Amino acid sequence: MPLITLKLFASLAETHGWRERQRAWVAGIRVIDLWCAETGQSGLPARVLCARNMDYCPPETPVTPGDEIAFFPPVTGGAHAC
Amino acid sequence: MPVSVRSAPFEPYAEVAAHQHAVFGGRGQFGATAVFVGTMRDFNEGDAVQGMTLEHYPGMTERHLDDICATASGRWPLLETLVIHRVGEIFPGEAIVLVVVWSAHRQAAFDACREIMEALKSRAPFWKKERLATGTRWVTGNTAGYPASKP
Repeated sequence: MPLITLKLFASLAETHGWRERQRAWVAGIRVIDLWCAETGQSGLPARVLCARNMDYCPPETPVTPGDEIAFFPPVTGGAHAC
Repeated sequence: MPVSVRSAPFEPYAEVAAHQHAVFGGRGQFGATAVFVGTMRDFNEGDAVQGMTLEHYPGMTERHLDDICATASGRWPLLETLVIHRVGEIFPGEAIVLVVVWSAHRQAAFDACREIMEALKSRAPFWKKERLATGTRWVTGNTAGYPASKP
């Protein structure tokens, strides 16, 4: 059974209570569909970013078997609010 | 063009000296070295900050830092770059990020150093959680940067 890996980071991981899980791949599924299925929400909030295989991607991106899909809040790296 | 994500504190100026010696030795083809060091402050948004936790996305972070440095090297005539970024538990006064650019002339060094730092802040997957006397809070956005000049 082909699998996909889902990841949450930072405040999203705290809010939803998990950081990584695997799910069965389903033909035709998109990144946004995974978010909705896992969170019960009807859409992707404006302040949630997504990545497919470690590259930023639009929510409508198709998912293929073996993909790693991540959701996370806006990034805040670099110096401390400099 | 190394990038490094580290959980242990580092001394930025020792890193600059060591990398410069390792890459260039005594040869003097670089005329300009631009160094940016981001250090953790003990205040933010009017509150005293005791420390913070920096989370990242292992793998994606390094990939994007590599890409940011490669892009800068395509835009300006750079001889070498070095990026080091802390993750994990950080305390005020510790270095968070080091960006170093070596080039023949100052314009490329200054402009590329700034561009790498701005791209890092907007694209590299890091997240900060501050520790205050009253609890913790996620930093929800970066301060606005400013556009680098064109090469």
